[in-house]
Amino acid sequence: MAPKRQKSPSRKTGVKGKVKDNLTPSPMEKPDHPDDIYPIVLTTATQELFECCIDEDVTEQSPYKLLEKDDIIQDIKTRAAVSDFHPVKQFVLDYPEDEILLVFDVDFTYGQSFYLVLTPEAKARIYNVLQPPQPEIIVLEDDVSKTPEPKPWISLGSELEVDQESVKETREKLCYKFDLKRRPGLPVCFSDRNSTEAECRSVACPSYQDSRFSIKQMQRDCGMQAVPKLQSSTAQTERAVQRNVFTQYEPRELREKEKENILRSEKLKKFVNSVTPRVLHALQQAHIMNVFTDDFKALGIGAEASDQLVMVSEGLKLQWTFTDEKRAMGKKISSVSWHPTIHGLIAVTFIKKQEEQLDKSTVYINSPAFIVFYGFPDQSNPRLLLECPDDIFAFEFCPSNPNVIVGGCRNGKDLGNKKENKTPVMSYCAVSSIESSHKSPVTDVQWLPKTFEVTRTGVPVQKISNMSVQVVTCSPDCSVMFWDLRVPKLQNQFLADRKQDVDQKTMMTPYSIPTTFKHLDRTWKPLFRVSLPKIDTSGEYAPLKFSLEHYTCNSNTGRNTDNENDGAEVLPEYSQLRIPSAKTLKTLDDVNTKFYVGTEEGEIVYTDWKLEEDEFGRKFSAKPLLCFRTHAWFVNTMQRSPFFKDILLTTGGWNFAIWKEGVMGGPIFVGPSSEQEYSAACWSLSRSAVFFIGRNDGSIEVWNLLLNTSEPTHVHEHVASTRITCIKPCITASKQHYLAVADNLGVLRVFNVPKALRSPVKNEDLNMQIFFDQENDRLKDYLEWEELWAKPRKEEGESKKQVEPDKPVTFQVDSEEADLKEYSDYLKLEESILEHTGL
Amino acid sequence: MAEVEETLKRIQGQKGVQGIIVANSEGIPIKSTLDNSSTVQYAGLIHQLVMKARSTIRDIDPQNDLTFMRVRSKKNEIMIAPDKDFFLIVIQNPSD
Repeated sequence: MAPKRQKSPSRKTGVKGKVKDNLTPSPMEKPDHPDDIYPIVLTTATQELFECCIDEDVTEQSPYKLLEKDDIIQDIKTRAAVSDFHPVKQFVLDYPEDEILLVFDVDFTYGQSFYLVLTPEAKARIYNVLQPPQPEIIVLEDDVSKTPEPKPWISLGSELEVDQESVKETREKLCYKFDLKRRPGLPVCFSDRNSTEAECRSVACPSYQDSRFSIKQMQRDCGMQAVPKLQSSTAQTERAVQRNVFTQYEPRELREKEKENILRSEKLKKFVNSVTPRVLHALQQAHIMNVFTDDFKALGIGAEASDQLVMVSEGLKLQWTFTDEKRAMGKKISSVSWHPTIHGLIAVTFIKKQEEQLDKSTVYINSPAFIVFYGFPDQSNPRLLLECPDDIFAFEFCPSNPNVIVGGCRNGKDLGNKKENKTPVMSYCAVSSIESSHKSPVTDVQWLPKTFEVTRTGVPVQKISNMSVQVVTCSPDCSVMFWDLRVPKLQNQFLADRKQDVDQKTMMTPYSIPTTFKHLDRTWKPLFRVSLPKIDTSGEYAPLKFSLEHYTCNSNTGRNTDNENDGAEVLPEYSQLRIPSAKTLKTLDDVNTKFYVGTEEGEIVYTDWKLEEDEFGRKFSAKPLLCFRTHAWFVNTMQRSPFFKDILLTTGGWNFAIWKEGVMGGPIFVGPSSEQEYSAACWSLSRSAVFFIGRNDGSIEVWNLLLNTSEPTHVHEHVASTRITCIKPCITASKQHYLAVADNLGVLRVFNVPKALRSPVKNEDLNMQIFFDQENDRLKDYLEWEELWAKPRKEEGESKKQVEPDKPVTFQVDSEEADLKEYSDYLKLEESILEHTGL
Repeated sequence: MAEVEETLKRIQGQKGVQGIIVANSEGIPIKSTLDNSSTVQYAGLIHQLVMKARSTIRDIDPQNDLTFMRVRSKKNEIMIAPDKDFFLIVIQNPSD
C-alpha cells in the first residue's frame, strides 16, 4: 500500500534537504519541539504511498494518521536512502508499538508539514488530547483496529465427553429399494389410511425391558433439601381457675388442758380483778334504772290502751263452721273441748235433743254416739271419731296424756278412750261398771291435777308419778264420785283370776282397741263418792257442775322435777300402775279439799269432799258449808278465772255471779239479769277482765268488768241460730285466739278473737284485783248492814223477807218442781223465823 | 383459779344476768356459763365487734383506748369488758 504522494519537486528535494537540515539542527533547536516529536517532510509519493495526502487524507481538522510500523520499514527497505523515513529509521525500528502516529502540522509549529510522534507516551498524550474534538473518526479507527482475533483452542479434556455424547454413524446408511411390478394402465386407487388404526398393521418396535440383562444404576441423581434441626412451635394450655364452691366453717376451740392452763394463769386473774368493778357497776346501773325508756310509749297511747275506741268496730270474726251431717242430725252439742297440744283440733260430743223432762233415763234411742274430732281447716269431714256406748254429756282430755279422754255418758257410765291418730274411728277402751256408776247422766267430768291424788277416804296425798290418773265426776243423782285409772290394790288377786276368766270367755276383743284400760273395763269402780246433803233440809243437792281448786305442789321441788322428766317421755302404762296404800303416801295438808258445786236449782254449794267418820266409824260426807241460791235455774257453767285462782264465774238461769273462794258471805259480784237465758260462759284466756256469755237466742255477750259492770260491752247478735250450748276459748301457738261456740243444732263455729279482745290492757290484772277486793269489801259491808238491819226486824217479828244476802234478782221460773221446792224452802224459813221470834 | 371462779360467781349472781363468757384475745371462749353453740357464736361475733370498736377509738385518738362496751337491745343488754389478752362478755336482762 504505497500511499499516493503529491509530487512537489520543490519539496522533494527541499524536503530531503530540509529533512536533513531539520534533522541536524533539530536536536539543537530543542526548545522548539520536544524529543519525541520529529518533524518530517513527506514527499507526494510518500504521501500517496501511506495515504496521508495533504488535504485529502489528512486535513486540518483531522491531522492524525496512524502508520503501520511494518509499512514504514518496508518503505525504508525498498527505497533505502530515498525514503522519507530514512532519518527516523532507527526510531521506527525501536518503536515498540505497531502503529506510529503521524500528525499533519498545518501551522508548521515544528518547522515542517508533518511530524512524527516517536514515543508511545507522547502519542498517547497528543492523540488523547486531540481526540475529543474528533471523536468519530477516532472511534471508527478503534473499532476497526480492535476486531477480535480468534484465540487458539485450549483443550480442557472435554473433547472426550463431547465425543462420547455425540452421535456418529457407525456404518453407512443402508438403502433399500422396493419395486412392485404391475401392469401399467390399470386404474389406480389411492386412499388414506391412518397409521394408528389397528388394521393398519403398522409394525412398531417399541422398546422393552430386556430381562437378559439389567443395568444397575450405579449413580442416581437425587435432590436434597436441608431441613432445620430446630423447629419452633407453640402450644397453649388452659389453666383452670380454682374457685371455692363450698366452704364450711368450724369455730376454733381450745382443748380442755389449754383452758385450764389459761384459767390458772396470773394474767387471767389480773384481768378478772380489774374488769369486775366496771362490770358490776354497769350491771347495777342497768338494774336500777332503764335509761332507754320510751316515755311516749310508757304513757300507754297505743292500740291496746283504749278499749272504747276499738271495741265497737271489731268483733268476733267467724273463722270456721264445722258441721257433720251424718252425726249431727237432730242432735245438739253437749260439750266442746280443744285438744291441749295439737293445734287446731277440737273434739265435740253430741247428745240427742229431748223435751225437758226430768226423767231422762227412759228416753233411749239406740244409735251409736261418737266423739267427733274436727281439725282446721276441714270444715265438713271430721278428722277422727271415737265411738262411745252412749251419748256423752261431758268429757275432758287428760292433762298429762292428751291421748286419754274421759267422758261421762248419758246413763251414768264413765269411759276412757285412747285416741290414736291413725284410724278414723276408735272405740272406747273402758267403761265403768254399771252398778257403781251414776244413775243419771254425768254432767261434769274433770281430771284431778297431777300434783296430788286422793285416797279412799278423800285425804289428799302426795303424788309419786307426775301424771293425772284420777277423775272426778258429778251427776244430778246427787253424788260426786272420784275415780282412779289405776288398778285398785285390793282386787289384785281377784283381778288375776278374773283376767283368766275373761280370756277364757273369749270376749271377742274388737280389733284395734288398745288394751291400755283393759283392767278397768266393766269393773271400774269409783274410789269413793261424796254426797251432798242439804244444809237446812233433808235431801240432797243435785250437782250439775263443780269446780275444784287447782293445787300446785310447792314442796319437794327436786323430786318433782325428776318426776316431770320421767313423766314427759314415758307413756304411762296404766295397767301396771297400782293404787298405792294410803299409809305410804304423805298427806298434803294444804290442799283445799273444798269445792264448789252448782246444782240443778241454781244453788252454789261449797262443800268438802273429805269423808268424815261418824260415831259408828262409817264414812259419810259432811254437810256443805255454804249454799247460795244465786241463780234461778240450772247452773251450767262454773269456771275458775285463769288469772286468779280464787275467782269463780258461775252462770245459770238469767244471770251470772262471781265468787271468791274463802268469802263465805256470798258472791262478790252478781251480774244483772238479762232477758235471755244464759246458757254458757267462759273466761277470756288472755284478758283477766273479759269473759264471754252465750245466750239462749244464739248471741254472745262480751263482758268487760273494768269498763262496764251493768251491761255487756258488746253483744254479737245471733252468732248461732239456736241456743248456745258451750263456749270454749283457745290460744294457739301462732298467737291466734279462737273461740269455739257450739249450739243446739250440732253446729260448731270457731271465731277469731280480735286484737282488742285478746291483748290485755295495761295493768289489767292489777285493776281486776282491785275490783274484786272492792266488791268483796262492799259485800262485807252489805252483810254487816244486813245483820244490823235484820235484827231489829226479826225482833219486830214480821219479816217475810229473805235473809239471804243477795241483791234481789228477778227471775222467771218455768218448772213446777223448782217452784215447789222454793215454796217449801220458804215455808221452812218462815217457820224458823217464827220459832225464833217465839210465835 | 378459785378466785376467778368466785369473782365470776359474784357477777353471775347479779340480778338479771343471763350468762357470762370469758374469751381470749382471738375470740376463742375459755369459760362460759352458756351452752357451747351460743358461747362460740357470741365469742366470735363480739370479738369482731370489739376489734372494730377498738380500732375506731384508736383511729380517732391513738392515745385513747376502749375500756367498756354496752350493747343494748330490745330483749337484753350485752356488756363487754375488753383487755389486752382477754375479754369478758356479760349478758343481762334488766328488769324493767
